[in-house]
Amino acid sequence: MDWDWDFTFETVLPRMWEAAGVTIWATVISFLLALVGGLILMLLKTHRSPWVSRPATEVIEFIRATPLLVQIFFLFFLLPEIGITLPPLTTGILAIGIYNSALCAEVYRAGFQAVPKGQWEACIALNMSTYRTYRDVIIPQSLPPIVPALGNYLVAIFKETPLLSFVAVAEIMQISKLIGAEYYRFTEAVTIAGIFFLVMSLVAAFLIRIVENYVKRSILH
Amino acid sequence: MNRVAIVSALIAFLVGLSVATFSELRVFLPAILKGAVVTVQVSILSIALFIFLSVLAGIGRARGGRAIRWLSTIYVEVFRGTSLLVILFWMFFVMPEFGVTLSPMFAGVAAIGLNFGAYGAEVVRGAITAVPKGQTEATIALNMSPYRRMTRIVLPQAIAIMIPGMSNLTIELIKATALVSAVTLVDITYAAVQQNQLHYRTVEIFLITMMLYYVLAQFVRFGGEALEEYFTRHLNRRV
Repeated sequence: MDWDWDFTFETVLPRMWEAAGVTIWATVISFLLALVGGLILMLLKTHRSPWVSRPATEVIEFIRATPLLVQIFFLFFLLPEIGITLPPLTTGILAIGIYNSALCAEVYRAGFQAVPKGQWEACIALNMSTYRTYRDVIIPQSLPPIVPALGNYLVAIFKETPLLSFVAVAEIMQISKLIGAEYYRFTEAVTIAGIFFLVMSLVAAFLIRIVENYVKRSILH
Repeated sequence: MNRVAIVSALIAFLVGLSVATFSELRVFLPAILKGAVVTVQVSILSIALFIFLSVLAGIGRARGGRAIRWLSTIYVEVFRGTSLLVILFWMFFVMPEFGVTLSPMFAGVAAIGLNFGAYGAEVVRGAITAVPKGQTEATIALNMSPYRRMTRIVLPQAIAIMIPGMSNLTIELIKATALVSAVTLVDITYAAVQQNQLHYRTVEIFLITMMLYYVLAQFVRFGGEALEEYFTRHLNRRV
């Protein structure tokens, strides 16, 4: 084994630095997509009419039971065929967002179901509007279990972004693969990618714990 | 049993439908099924490694001495913190630099097993700590050796608790085997991409691919439910 520090600092790190930006961008946007998509899927799944809730449940199950990589490929090949041409990064973000929407939907559902039924009944008794019921009573109470779970999905999404290298998005894994192929030296680039993910996940886990404590303290006085 | 019937009927219906609809199925299905064999091989081998490592590191974190606990914690944090694809690449491209050349199959199984073993270790640790403390105290009072305490009293009860978590992880693992296509193994996903480039039948090929993964996942789900039932019943009879 020979680790080349000059190669690391002059060639690998500058290119990895740019790629890290793409990775983080993809993570944040997919996470936002998953937050919104999950909410929509959850509302569809808990809809009163079984004609809405049953198909929504099946769709969630199907998305959850198939590999994200296959879904990325599917979107990547399907969208151009039906006339939608998007850059690979957008397609990938879309795929990761949809996949994690299905997972987040379950998180939201579990959070809302954890709110005691009496709370809903009390709101009806007090003649609160649906909006106020959600804003002032239900959502604040369902946040403590939801926040840490969503935080875990943020880290999970972050670790899923290397899959985008399969469709040639210039994120950190793709760049380390390219550097490896150009110079025929994989050691430095791939190891740095690994360290990057490890450090970022540990930092994220630490931040999530802080947010979790904050939510617990500020909502459940 | 009802759900097994429904799912198998649904699968039979979808397969029949796809045979009837997708006329070119005969062209690309054999290649995809050949990929499915590889996926199943990788899955079975890495599930074995995953369970072995989870139990080892899980017990290490829950009950080990300081050194063992420290080692298992490092293992769990490192392999949970890095992305599976990065581990896989590291095994396949960087290990040769250290003089260890792994076959694609070996690299895939090792990477998946190590990665999921780290997640599984947390499930096992949670299950072991969930066994009531009185059980351990009783075995100490009965002068059982630590080994017997683990294998006869704590683990049998912990298994019933850990099965749902472990079967979820196993389903995740089967889905994660799609990544081995990155190290030149021709699994379902790789075969599907190849066939798609040859035939341009995106919808058919990828729907079939997803269905295959779905079917594999259902096997694990029902297997897990059966195991859970077996172990809890087994426990209740004794208690």
